[in-house]
Amino acid sequence: MHELSLMMGIVDLLRQSAAENNIKQITKVMLVVGDMTMAAPDALQFAFQSFQDEELFRGAVLEIRKEPVRGECKDCSHIFDVKDFAFLCPSCSSPNVRVASGRELYIDYYEGE
Amino acid sequence: MVKVRMAAPVLQQNDEVARENRELFREKGLFVLNLMSSPGSGKTSILERTIEKLAGRLKLGVIEGDIYTTRDAERIEKFGIPVVQINTAGSCHLDARMVQPALDDFVLDELDLLIVENVGNLVCPAEFDLGEDAAAAVLSVAEGNDKPVKYPLVFRESSVVLINKIDLLPYTDCDIGLLQEDLKKINPQLELFQVSARLDEGFDPWIAWLEQQVKAKKKRPS
Repeated sequence: MHELSLMMGIVDLLRQSAAENNIKQITKVMLVVGDMTMAAPDALQFAFQSFQDEELFRGAVLEIRKEPVRGECKDCSHIFDVKDFAFLCPSCSSPNVRVASGRELYIDYYEGE
Repeated sequence: MVKVRMAAPVLQQNDEVARENRELFREKGLFVLNLMSSPGSGKTSILERTIEKLAGRLKLGVIEGDIYTTRDAERIEKFGIPVVQINTAGSCHLDARMVQPALDDFVLDELDLLIVENVGNLVCPAEFDLGEDAAAAVLSVAEGNDKPVKYPLVFRESSVVLINKIDLLPYTDCDIGLLQEDLKKINPQLELFQVSARLDEGFDPWIAWLEQQVKAKKKRPS
């Protein structure tokens, strides 16, 4: 259950950015979480709720966009959906595969006033 | 209504400190290993056997991560090597910011190898870069062969998997062939070593791997 420590980082980034942009109330946060990132959406939501007492986050909605796991073959450059975390290129069978997406954990944007 | 685009990585602060740690390890030519596994898979027992075998060959330091206790650090202290305990006080993983101040408690110039034993947990530690050169995961056969598929990240992030309690294999339903196959699918570059920390078996290839990594790190121009 490291989602609370992740959320503390998220909330810190939002506080800082809101102060810089003179935003007093955040209404919506869009978080991107890759399918290979070990952060459970339910636990992130629960952790986010614990900041509702703070003026800046009162009534704010957390939306989570999931990114599928995709691999890029370093040998033949083929990009493919990774199923069951099998990092083998379906085109040339090379095991030399880079994680192209699925490890994301970032705030895409937030809305506020 | 204002929309603010951030594209801000949540782990940015951790990753910055991890970079500082990594830079320090590079300066010192010190190989650092992050040892991860679920609780009870035998991380500390493997560490004990490893310390015994490296005695007189490499100068080793250990960071022990634990939620509340100092039990593991006490086990390691008996070997007379420098050990620093980090209590995470409830947190289920170590992060780079916890490791950084602990480094001040070592004379890094006198070490060849630093092993960081993470908090017992197959999920969260894999998410936090500590600045290490490589990660090793321990998986015991008693946990079952479905663990790699259920917790792929830790095995994707590791360079080595030590399959422990191999002596118990006849008493479990673990399919060791399938287990190794699944691990190689997740991470084809993985080095797999089968060991029994209890019976002190199978450690030679692991020790050889460690010695090779330490040597390679020392040679790297700084």
